[in-house]
Amino acid sequence: MDLKDLYRDVILDHNKQPRNFGRLDPCDTSADGNNPLCGDRLTLTLRLEGDRLTDIRFEGKGCAISTASASLMTEAVKGKDQAAITRLRELVHQTLTAHGEATLPPAELGKLAALAGVRDYPARVKCASLCWHTLGAALEHHAQRHADHGPATVSTE
Amino acid sequence: MNAEMTMPAYDVARVRADFPILATTVRGKRLAFLDTAASAQRPLAVIEAVDRYERSSHANVHRGVYELSQKATDAFEGARERVRRFLNAASIKEIVFTRGTTESINLVAQSWGRRLGPGDEVLITWMEHHANIVPWQMLCERTGAVLKVAPIDARGELDLDAFRALLSPRTKLAAFTQVSNALGTVLPIRAMIDAAHAVGAMTLLDGAQAVAHERVDVRALGCDFYVFSSHKLYGPTGLGVLWAREAVLRDMPPWQGGGDMILTVSFAKTTYNELPYRFEAGTPHISGAVGLAAAIDYLEALGIERVHAHEQALLARATRALRAVSGLRIIGEAKEKTGVISFTLEGIHPHDLGTILDDEGVAVRTGHHCAMPVMEFFDVPATARASFGCYTDDADIDQLLRALGRAREVFG
Repeated sequence: MDLKDLYRDVILDHNKQPRNFGRLDPCDTSADGNNPLCGDRLTLTLRLEGDRLTDIRFEGKGCAISTASASLMTEAVKGKDQAAITRLRELVHQTLTAHGEATLPPAELGKLAALAGVRDYPARVKCASLCWHTLGAALEHHAQRHADHGPATVSTE
Repeated sequence: MNAEMTMPAYDVARVRADFPILATTVRGKRLAFLDTAASAQRPLAVIEAVDRYERSSHANVHRGVYELSQKATDAFEGARERVRRFLNAASIKEIVFTRGTTESINLVAQSWGRRLGPGDEVLITWMEHHANIVPWQMLCERTGAVLKVAPIDARGELDLDAFRALLSPRTKLAAFTQVSNALGTVLPIRAMIDAAHAVGAMTLLDGAQAVAHERVDVRALGCDFYVFSSHKLYGPTGLGVLWAREAVLRDMPPWQGGGDMILTVSFAKTTYNELPYRFEAGTPHISGAVGLAAAIDYLEALGIERVHAHEQALLARATRALRAVSGLRIIGEAKEKTGVISFTLEGIHPHDLGTILDDEGVAVRTGHHCAMPVMEFFDVPATARASFGCYTDDADIDQLLRALGRAREVFG
């Protein structure tokens, strides 16, 4: 286990210069994430067109792992549809929690593969996954609101 | 003969040899354990006392007439007497065993606190651990009493004038820590107790961070409640103590109901046991008490004053060395501190720092230290905290300094 595997250049770079940092105003949906254990806080603002996420920004304070993870995430999900985002979230989750496994992260992850080093530091997994959980919450929130107002709210009960 | 002349110099290498865990390695590196303020390690004397008890003396206490139960009861009550002597309390009736400092405070809030009502006030300080904030917030919500908070200054010292100004005849209780866990600040408890008593308020002293570093004499202190945890005192986890004078405890309603806290039970009426058992429902942490007694023996044999002097010397040296690290900010620079140094390093989040230090075998706490208001006051999300105990040595400090250099390398 090597510290350099956790703090790869990509991570350090995104920590120092986070991409898509800030807040979209107006936005279609947003969510706050916080990790009470370490005091990490994060706000995501999203714009959607139909099923597609057209823009995303994040704002907040956190450690290098949580900042870089959020920065990399915004780059990776922008322009994708919900199914692709769900797939990506699952892949990231698997990669982060594959503690002790020597397998290479799937090629689909692209730059996000830089997060793979976190799996050997179980105490830090939460830092990397915070933004991904927050993204899930923001999309769910949007879907619910959409369902509430749209014709799809017809109850089957 | 002069006692000081016969006292050998404090031999930290010998002390370290008493703590088996210090010989272990972390990621192949020597362990520099600098998180004693979160939980102290156990000396062999404690480990062996608990082991002996489990192997040869365990049964339930205050129950059977058979010999083993009597042995367990003797060990448990012997530990209570040991705690009484340690605190210089007047009687074992004043020593209530709990699960820890947190439970001791909750006991006072839920039992003694029942007498509070709308308009009454509880005064705490900005430096409290969450365990000395939340139980009072909950009590105030229940009773309509008001929680007041005395401010601190930029050095991490209590604003004593403001504390005094917040006291009034409405203040029913002043609850405060003896030593801040997040900053290491030693509070002016003498003046605080006197000021609170002058307006007729009761006082609760949170001794969790103090008992292992200075001699506590509850009768000399004159506070009304004193609470601490065994595991900060080199004893087992899961055990704590509430001390209060007999008259105070006698005046408090029982808290949890169950076995051991009763004399007789019928469906018509239950009568409660005498002190301190009235506050100890259920089977207690017997082996924990045995371990705590051994820990007190151990610490007193080392000499609390000598341990204190050792820790103060380390504090001075470490503070000097850390101040010289570029970009390092010490949070909490009170004149009087215990061996606790909270700090941040510019450009590196405390959690990243914690991971890098761990990689170098250095164990420090990173986070808000269960003192979020303190973090908010200093406008930091978290700090790294190095804290010392009887076994901390110069090599631990050197290892910390080297690891900080490594953090700089990683983050460029």
